[in-house]
Amino acid sequence: MINWNYLWESFVNQMFRLGGYKTVLEGLQNTLIIALGGFVIGLLLGILLAVMQLLPDNKATSILKNASKLYVGLFRGTPLVVQLLVGWYVIKPILGITQASALLWGLVIFGLNSGAYMSEIIRGGILSVDKGQMEAGRSLGFNYAQTMLKIIMPQAIKNCLPSIGNELIAIIKETSVAGFVSVTDLQVAFKLQNTVYNPIICYLALAVVYIILVLIFTVLIKTMEKRLMKNER
Amino acid sequence: MRDNTIKNATQKTIISVKNLHKSFGKLNVLRGVDIDINKGDVVAVIGPSGCGKSTFLRCLNLLETPTTGSILLDDTYIFKNERAYLKQQMKDLLALKKANAFDENAKEQYEQLKTRFDELKKEEKQIDKAAAKNINLHRQKIGMVFQQFNLFPHLTVMKNITLAPIKLKGVPKEIAEEKALQLLKKIGLEDKANAYPSTLSGGQKQRIAIVRALAMEPDVMLFDEPTSALDPEMVGEVLNVMTELANEGMTMVVVTHEMGFAKEVASRVIFIDEGVIKEENSPEEFFTNPKNERLKDFLSKVL
Repeated sequence: MINWNYLWESFVNQMFRLGGYKTVLEGLQNTLIIALGGFVIGLLLGILLAVMQLLPDNKATSILKNASKLYVGLFRGTPLVVQLLVGWYVIKPILGITQASALLWGLVIFGLNSGAYMSEIIRGGILSVDKGQMEAGRSLGFNYAQTMLKIIMPQAIKNCLPSIGNELIAIIKETSVAGFVSVTDLQVAFKLQNTVYNPIICYLALAVVYIILVLIFTVLIKTMEKRLMKNER
Repeated sequence: MRDNTIKNATQKTIISVKNLHKSFGKLNVLRGVDIDINKGDVVAVIGPSGCGKSTFLRCLNLLETPTTGSILLDDTYIFKNERAYLKQQMKDLLALKKANAFDENAKEQYEQLKTRFDELKKEEKQIDKAAAKNINLHRQKIGMVFQQFNLFPHLTVMKNITLAPIKLKGVPKEIAEEKALQLLKKIGLEDKANAYPSTLSGGQKQRIAIVRALAMEPDVMLFDEPTSALDPEMVGEVLNVMTELANEGMTMVVVTHEMGFAKEVASRVIFIDEGVIKEENSPEEFFTNPKNERLKDFLSKVL
């Protein structure tokens, strides 16, 4: 029989009387930093990669297009955990970087990983914009980059907003593997509360915290979507 | 009927097209189109579907890159590739070698062609370079209206109209908006300035697309079947705007199936079939006294 009362009391004791909540808050902060930072890097990188891949065909652009394809293939072809480990234990020493904190390193790798997925989302968004839009922009005298930036991109991003929201939520949850490179994220923080062989409450609480986080972001994304979609109809 | 005095007073050539060819892979859409478009001209381009009239129009502002031929805009080449013809002639001469008929005469001819080819190549490479650099400036002088309107759905009507003048010509926002309002007033849509395109009817969209192109103050306007995607009851309002524009002296090239417009408003009508201009005439002659057999056949079906 599980003695729920005892487990709950020892958890509360550990969290509040022994100051475990401080670690949890730090974990929450780190999770948010990695998720949001990685998301922003991923979004920007994704836009860049998608645009590179959709450049008009010619000799000069073929290198960029292939580079973008290679990047996406590489980052979609290996697990995130492997990327973290290779980044931390292989790339970092090779580059001789000793200053970067685990948090920063994790954030960058999450961003690089997300960029690959984001680029496919945004590529789909760009392709969903009618090709007459590019022609209309060009015929007014805008160059390719201007038309992309002012006319195609705003529509493309709007078209793939639901998928971008999806990606944000995926990243929030994926941060739970950041512990592999010694980042104290939410998952690690709760694991550290498991001091009295009390994993049940710790991990249930961890799950609840993730659910609450995701729900908050879901509402935020929906609100933003509604505001951006307002123009359409 | 258009006032001929406008046309005669200003005979400056705006666009000059020579021997224009365009092929998509093995499909030769244009096979040598020659035409001069003068200031004040309203040229109606008609022809059966798939004859290349839209391709011709899209070549004029290089939305399609022609294969060979040349296009002059305001006496400046925006496209020139004539060396391809010489190349073909050279190839034909070399083919004589196989037949052992490559004599002194042929050799001399070949040398001449080669010299001419090299000169032309140098010149055309330079034109390519300059055109690539200036194409966006050229396009500012050529307004274009599409069959599918292509308004920007994420911008208000006002922003649709003012985006290009503000960003490309550096017109101050207030002045651009004032001008946009004037233009909207002219077409009776000033109350739609803050609406989004999705709330407008097809006819309203197309009239705004015309205004958007006009806001750049182009020298010539290209219309690619501007009424073909409209409900019949909305065709009139768009044609009225175009007629008014023509009466103000705007140079226009209009690909259209509206024979009434071609007859009443155009100053010249051309018939394109099989990738070439089969007939070109004043509207009266064109419709009452067509000479080309294909045109006679075509007119009998559409009139």
